[in-house]
Amino acid sequence: MTYNMGNEPADDTGAMKLGTVVRQPALGQTQGQRWHRMSALIWRHWYLLRGSLPRIFELVYWPLVQLLTWVLLSQFLMGNSSWVAQAAGVLIGAVLLWEVVLRAQLGLTLTFLEELWSRNLGHLFVSPLHPLEWVGSLMIVSIIRSAIGLIPAFILAALLANFSVFDLGLPLVLFFASLMMMGWWLAMIIMAILLRHGLGAESIAWMSLWVLVPFSCVYYPLESMPVWLQPISVVIPATHVFEGMRDILFDRAFNWWQLGLSLGLNVLYMALATGLLLAAFRKARQDGKLLQMGE
Amino acid sequence: MAGSRDGLVFRPGGGHSAATMPDDHTPAPLDRPTQAPDCTVANPADAAISARGLVKQYGDGDQAERAVDNLSFDIPFGASTALLGGNGAGKTTTMAMLLGLLTPTAGEARILGDDMATNRHQVAARMNFSSPYVELPYRLTIRQNLTVYGKLYGVSDARDRIAHLADDLNLTALLDRPSGQLSAGQKTRLTLAKALINRPEVLLLDEPTASLDPDTGDYVRQYLADYLKQTGATMLLASHNMPEVERLCDHVLMLRGGKLYDAGAPRALIERYGRQNLEEVFLDIARQTRAQPQATEPGDDV
Repeated sequence: MTYNMGNEPADDTGAMKLGTVVRQPALGQTQGQRWHRMSALIWRHWYLLRGSLPRIFELVYWPLVQLLTWVLLSQFLMGNSSWVAQAAGVLIGAVLLWEVVLRAQLGLTLTFLEELWSRNLGHLFVSPLHPLEWVGSLMIVSIIRSAIGLIPAFILAALLANFSVFDLGLPLVLFFASLMMMGWWLAMIIMAILLRHGLGAESIAWMSLWVLVPFSCVYYPLESMPVWLQPISVVIPATHVFEGMRDILFDRAFNWWQLGLSLGLNVLYMALATGLLLAAFRKARQDGKLLQMGE
Repeated sequence: MAGSRDGLVFRPGGGHSAATMPDDHTPAPLDRPTQAPDCTVANPADAAISARGLVKQYGDGDQAERAVDNLSFDIPFGASTALLGGNGAGKTTTMAMLLGLLTPTAGEARILGDDMATNRHQVAARMNFSSPYVELPYRLTIRQNLTVYGKLYGVSDARDRIAHLADDLNLTALLDRPSGQLSAGQKTRLTLAKALINRPEVLLLDEPTASLDPDTGDYVRQYLADYLKQTGATMLLASHNMPEVERLCDHVLMLRGGKLYDAGAPRALIERYGRQNLEEVFLDIARQTRAQPQATEPGDDV
């Protein structure tokens, strides 16, 4: 019995033969190779998007419907609410910025679910792809998906309500960054739960963010919340973004403290969510779920 | 039966005598080998694929079940080895641990010298696998799927490589068809193309010719044999197609109940068991297994 070397015929002596061991340099660890792998995943989801009109329609549809509803409500309240009348667009701005959080969270979670639905995790994690490279690429995909969904809504807001989100100026970029981060860390927690519990927990992907809406002061100021609920709102990063937005719209003043608090909380939660997701990956490897998970 | 060469000793499990083996496949008279065969080399880093004391246990206490139980073997560079066993024998679990998809409860799995539990990323670009039980994104076309995996594995000439593989595996006319619309045989060829996209030095193949018609199956087997010969790649093959194993593999590892039950060259095993072919040897071992409780393992549908 013999192991042969591919070029040598087998015999029946019962012995094994070894080839010369030539250790090659480690592959796949340079920045360029990391980006190459991340771009592979971005292409994977771009192929999926561009080949599916229903997916694109779904991305655009919900922000537009939301916006239309709130534009009409705002127009009614402009004549009936002094608070809204003081700052035209305060509700529309809130809707648009909340959509940023929602699209960022769904963008990450749904691309993860796409891999589960197609039972593709086994192939992905046999490849040189690192989980953090994977999550990084999904974040970029979520930016693309958010842009596809939100740009038409921004245009509609300008046309119907004469409200341009860009009137918020430079802070808008920082608000966006903070809200995207909030969507991402929330998505990473959801991904960790999905890795642990499988597709049975899929509904969490859709409903989790809505739990935070009442506490995030999206449509009303923090001070209007019941005092006993305010501590919860204060530790939610979005609260400070919406407070900051209202400062700009009402007082034409940019509150750096609110923005810093929001970004700081997001960095903290992002670090915790990353740890949780990596732990979930380790657990999934222990339980064999990377090979099994799917519909 | 033992042999040694290059300082290595290979001792297949003893205990069988060809003279005592029955001609039919009644399950009773098979004796268990007196000891587990030793298929290891002195230094696991000298093997392309190495498993040392691999254990995979699910649950604790009374509920504990060992899907793989203290499995050790080494596969030298350039060797083609089959991992055989009935359902629940531990093949898929072993493959998953070698691929780094499953963390062993104990022991270590090494590919090209790197520990897959801790250093998988060092070696992943130099290996690949295919399985009909792990899907590729079904809305992406063949070309898109292979492009994505070409990028993931850092293939610099991905476009040419895809064209070459598509031509070799008769996928050219299907390149722009979504993989969800492919027949089972076409999907099998696609997963094989994906497994070869990076010209791997180590190939782990799970049923590579499942669902293929005899003609295409024969072509793919010859294609794999040529690939191994031309590249000197190392292959671990899990298959229930015994003629395929006899044709492609120069060594067989027989698992039973998560343990290494027997091992050897196909011809030697056939002689030792007094059988005409490897399928009869497999049946001898598998039917004996059925009389015993089987370890269960997730996803063991090999």
